[in-house]
Amino acid sequence: MAALGSAELGYMAVVWATVMAGYSALATVIGARWRQPRLLASGYHSAVALAGMVTLAVIAMEVALLTHDFRLEYVARNGSRATPVFYTAITLWGALEGSILFWAWLLALFTAAVVLTYQRRQMALLPYVVPVLATVSLFFLGLMLGPANPFRTVFPVPADGPGPNPLLQNHPFMAIHPPFLYLGFVGLTVPFAFAIAALVTGRLGEAWIVTTRRWTLLAWSFLTWGVIMGGWWSYEVLGWGGYWAWDPVENASFMPWLPTTAFLHSVMVQERRQMLKVWNLSLIILAFSLTLFGTFLTRSGVVSSVHAFSQSVIGPVFLGFLAVVLLGSAGLLVWRGEQLKSAGQVDAVVSRESAFLLNNLLFLGFTFTVFLGTVFPLLAEAVRGVKVSVGAPFFDQVTVPIILALLLLMGIGPFIAWQRASWPSLRRHLHWPLGAGVLTAAVLFLLGIRSLAVLASFALAAFVIAGTMLDYWRGLRIKRQHQRRGLVVALRALLRQNRRRYGGLLVHIGVVVVAIGVTASSAFQQDTQAFVRRGDTLSVGDYTLRFEALTEERQPHRNVVRSRFTLLRQGRERATLHPALNFYASRARVPQEPIGSPAVHSTPLRDLYLVLAAFQDDGAAVTVRVLLRPLVMWIWIGGGVMVAGAMVAMWPGWQRWRARPGRKMTPAGAIS
Amino acid sequence: MARWKKLLRLLTIASVLVSVLLLLAYGLGTDPRAIPSPLIGREAPLFTLSLFDGGTLRLADMRGQVVVLNFWASWCYPACWNEAPRLQAAWDQYRDQGVMIVGLNYQDREADARAFIERFGKTFPNGPDTGTRIAIDYGVYGVPETFFIDPQGRIAHKHIGEISTAVLHEWITRLLVQRQGEPGS
Repeated sequence: MAALGSAELGYMAVVWATVMAGYSALATVIGARWRQPRLLASGYHSAVALAGMVTLAVIAMEVALLTHDFRLEYVARNGSRATPVFYTAITLWGALEGSILFWAWLLALFTAAVVLTYQRRQMALLPYVVPVLATVSLFFLGLMLGPANPFRTVFPVPADGPGPNPLLQNHPFMAIHPPFLYLGFVGLTVPFAFAIAALVTGRLGEAWIVTTRRWTLLAWSFLTWGVIMGGWWSYEVLGWGGYWAWDPVENASFMPWLPTTAFLHSVMVQERRQMLKVWNLSLIILAFSLTLFGTFLTRSGVVSSVHAFSQSVIGPVFLGFLAVVLLGSAGLLVWRGEQLKSAGQVDAVVSRESAFLLNNLLFLGFTFTVFLGTVFPLLAEAVRGVKVSVGAPFFDQVTVPIILALLLLMGIGPFIAWQRASWPSLRRHLHWPLGAGVLTAAVLFLLGIRSLAVLASFALAAFVIAGTMLDYWRGLRIKRQHQRRGLVVALRALLRQNRRRYGGLLVHIGVVVVAIGVTASSAFQQDTQAFVRRGDTLSVGDYTLRFEALTEERQPHRNVVRSRFTLLRQGRERATLHPALNFYASRARVPQEPIGSPAVHSTPLRDLYLVLAAFQDDGAAVTVRVLLRPLVMWIWIGGGVMVAGAMVAMWPGWQRWRARPGRKMTPAGAIS
Repeated sequence: MARWKKLLRLLTIASVLVSVLLLLAYGLGTDPRAIPSPLIGREAPLFTLSLFDGGTLRLADMRGQVVVLNFWASWCYPACWNEAPRLQAAWDQYRDQGVMIVGLNYQDREADARAFIERFGKTFPNGPDTGTRIAIDYGVYGVPETFFIDPQGRIAHKHIGEISTAVLHEWITRLLVQRQGEPGS
């Protein structure tokens, strides 16, 4: 290898990136305050150059991974000549140091995108937004210069490595879940930076919200899809037939989503009535802080979890940064307290404003509950010295009522008028949806369902869907009356007129679809375990499974024991399923327990989930678990609908021209 | 708003935030995997072990001796590898004093386990924990874990992780003293 290998180039790139970040932070602020346009411009340019530098570092790491450059400690510990190319490439985010590099890269790209988008618009806030972004970048780059250096070299150079954690090379979703999640986390840095800039400069009007709305929606979309993908991946890989376990790290990824969702709603009140300013600033600060907290939780060894990276020294550093962010933001909020007073006030108990306020409270309560459950083991140990664990029963008990309340609000909220609800209007909008909800509950009750939560969930789902569909229908009908053209054209015209409302309503439908999937798959699941000989069948529900054969396949990085089952329904063969057990070469500290690959047969109505639990060495018989999960596919589809709705709401149209930054927002502006 | 009011508000918010941060800082010092065993002081679960070099061993037959049970695996690197020589040294030192050291091989392949035993020259009895039944009875969370059983057959101590010579000596001698203190021993 030449003297300038990936390790040196990568490290140099990180060093230069750090310099660029530091310079950018200082030059922009000084350039703006002392009115030095050239200095300011150079500050912006270095923010863009920062992205280039970190990209070089990422390229260096990928080259090292793909060429099996075991001189790099990261490659030596996580790479292997036997690992397939696809999984080698995505090992970039498979372990601690690489994941920090990945985060820093995404942050640098977002920073450059913000600069390039707003540089020419003479925006007053930008010189203060960039330093915030650059400072956060400095933190992650600093980690890489010191404790979490991905380019550290190792001597002597090993001939081969153990490869990534077997759980991370079992399924291609490893390529989707972490990137989307990180894009969501990192994306939240942008509205946070704008919020801090607004607080620092005292420009606390609506401009920062309007400017960042699309960025926040984009981050929210990524985060939504990242969390859903996490559940889907867990479902496809882990073999317990579930998709969400309220694991501490799962909670850590979900927590930022909650205040962000609240924020996306609450900003509408600030735009229209200049109220809830403190709420909005606090929500976005909370969301960003929770992303830091989540990253801290995964890397500090504070809680034990399926996900936790190895314990490392960066825990205290993260905690320190989190402290700075939280206390600094609190200080700024208190300092600007006077200027954040509302211009208006809530006029009536039942009004759109109060509905959004209730929405905020519910989401905040939700966040607090999940947070409490996640850190409670720590609290119990600190206070009483006992080791406890908080699992699904607590979370289910506490969050289900909150979710049901949110579903109810989703159904009513869009129809409550601003300032004061109009009861006749509400009645008109809601009497059909109410009927749909009651009818659904009645039908299910007659079919034998007695669980209150299940009945409420499905009834509210019907309620929300009916209300939303009716709203779309009413809008479409008006459009068609005016334009006398087809349905599709009318729909496009409707969306173009008010993307935010109709996109938002589509998101609500997506949420409801997810809720239906979650309720059905939890309430109506069936589990069976059986010992089957070759040629024999076993029946589950109206499915029959016939065990055909057991084969062993030696791959470079693992041994796969694969079974073959034929799936029959109503006498006809429907599919062939191959649940398998993968035996990876033993890795330091990771047991040589086989990692199962369940076989999942998905239909819109239900999933049949087949797990190979054990096998006889001669292949004559196996033990399998068969899990039936109704409507699981609806969860993934619902997630897709949520993201689609966000896309609709985000799409730039002629509205963007009306809402361009610098322009004063009027209440009659693009607001539903 | 008066400055002191602002300061008070900041202090209130800050104290809440700081308590959360302090809790997290405390968490950095704890090990979530170090779960205390409810078996301490209770009767050690009995078992029969088939040994790698033939023969069987029953825990019930070892009443009256100090028993050290060590759960290990060949893939458990570096902890099991580091502690194996120490266990062997303890065996050489204490085997004639009424101490029994037994190795239980946890979720391993026979060939790898035998290679491990040969590599470290283990002469004390070792056997595979077939079906992981013994480990389940002892509440083993991972390897290595070492249990010290007193001459009366009760679990006196559970050591999680790689064991040091010092801990081995400390507990063996403590239990040996107990043994000598018993009437009729």
